[in-house]
Amino acid sequence: MLPAIHLKKEDVSNTFHQHLGTEKGNNDPQYLTEAARNHLREKFVQSQLAITGVNFAIADTGAIVVCTNEGNADLGVHAAHIHIACMGIEKIIPSTQHLGIFLRLLARSATGQPITTYSSHFNKPAAGKQMHIVIVDNGRTSQLAKPDFRNALKCIRCAACFNTCPVYRRSGGHSYHTTVAGPIGAILSPNMDMQANADLPFASTLCGSCTNVCPVKIDIHQQLWKWRQTLMAGGYGGVSKKAGMQLMATVLARPALYRFAGTMARKMMHLFPGLLKNKNLNPWYKQRNMPAPPKQSFREWYKKNNA
Amino acid sequence: MSAREIMLKRIAEGRPALIPLEVTVSPVESTYPGLIEKFSEVLQGIGGEIKVVNHISFVDEYLYHIEAKGNRVVNCMKGLERPSELLSGKGQASDYENVFVACIKGTLGVAENASVWVDEGDMVNRLLPFICQHLVLVIDAENFVANMHQAYQKIDTLKSGYGTFIAGPSKTADIEQSLVIGAHGPRSLKLFVIEQ
Repeated sequence: MLPAIHLKKEDVSNTFHQHLGTEKGNNDPQYLTEAARNHLREKFVQSQLAITGVNFAIADTGAIVVCTNEGNADLGVHAAHIHIACMGIEKIIPSTQHLGIFLRLLARSATGQPITTYSSHFNKPAAGKQMHIVIVDNGRTSQLAKPDFRNALKCIRCAACFNTCPVYRRSGGHSYHTTVAGPIGAILSPNMDMQANADLPFASTLCGSCTNVCPVKIDIHQQLWKWRQTLMAGGYGGVSKKAGMQLMATVLARPALYRFAGTMARKMMHLFPGLLKNKNLNPWYKQRNMPAPPKQSFREWYKKNNA
Repeated sequence: MSAREIMLKRIAEGRPALIPLEVTVSPVESTYPGLIEKFSEVLQGIGGEIKVVNHISFVDEYLYHIEAKGNRVVNCMKGLERPSELLSGKGQASDYENVFVACIKGTLGVAENASVWVDEGDMVNRLLPFICQHLVLVIDAENFVANMHQAYQKIDTLKSGYGTFIAGPSKTADIEQSLVIGAHGPRSLKLFVIEQ
């Protein structure tokens, strides 16, 4: 959903001006969409082969359902000679009557529409044409074998968890560096590659908003929390995170040490402000200002004022 | 072992214990006072137009006026007299590229989401409802249901090789989430309801 949400209409306008020859500086979405329509129509009509995804596959009929608002899937497929539809095993639902539930869920949870503009049911290719369905594993059977995480395979890719996530809404899809972004991507991707995607389950507030809006009731924030434990136990957390956690545990468990550390930290911040404001030593400071160090701790203030 | 065998084996090994399937989807009763009224309200909300008429000759008249202005009108319905091009054979994409209006019979209207089920048998060529600039659908007044649960009890999705629910004109919000009507498919959708 909304693949170019990180771009402003000015960016789209510049790209279109450069490649499609649209008017420079015309940022009107209506005008830009019209330009894309005319350009892509030619490609649709000339193409011999069309590749689509699949929204739902029906076990007892072998049919597939593809949903779009633009009509791009249908235009592409029906104009071409060969249709290749790619899907994962989790797209399969038992029977046609269950579509009544899933088609409602999909559009309502994605954009708030009552249904997508086109919900197309493919049983077989048109006369003289070809239709191929490719079922891709890509980590799904291994996710299925993990009792803590298999629930994530219920996902219907509505993106409701994206729309509600305070992290996604600020950072956008590219910050997830994976095919599926957002909260659901953060629990699917570590299954594919724990090393490469170890950062994702930690980049969450665990507020639970994703779980709350999920129409197929995936326990997303619980799985984020479980992935953190799995990743740390497997040694994918990184040395600094592990050392930092150990240091915190030691300090927080000893009140005297905690008080001493606090006093020292305030002194250091006061005497050597450059240490904290060094962007190499303190990545936090890269996009933020540090507050002025307080003169005393809350404990000291409380003791003084309530003696 | 082939990729298919490996996948099936891994699924058999990794899947949880099976539980009985709830076979029937419980019906959802309609609370709409009038199905066509509800349909009409939703359709207008998603950018479509609806016209309730008492005879199919109104559709004839409408298409004739569009054609008279020099536009290519393609008709897939029996019972219309005036539009010249009655489509029966299959063609290629390039044959339909310049179709301005296509007129197709709808099987069933769903009030809750203003979608219309269109079967391949009625569209002659699967491409037609998508490649035309403007789409006209025609449906009988008695062929409306309240919701998707009822719709799937009425339609036969296996009647032909393909069928689709169409709800309004094509649209997109890909550029800064501004809604634009007329993405890749038709720029408008007009539904005639024939009330005999």
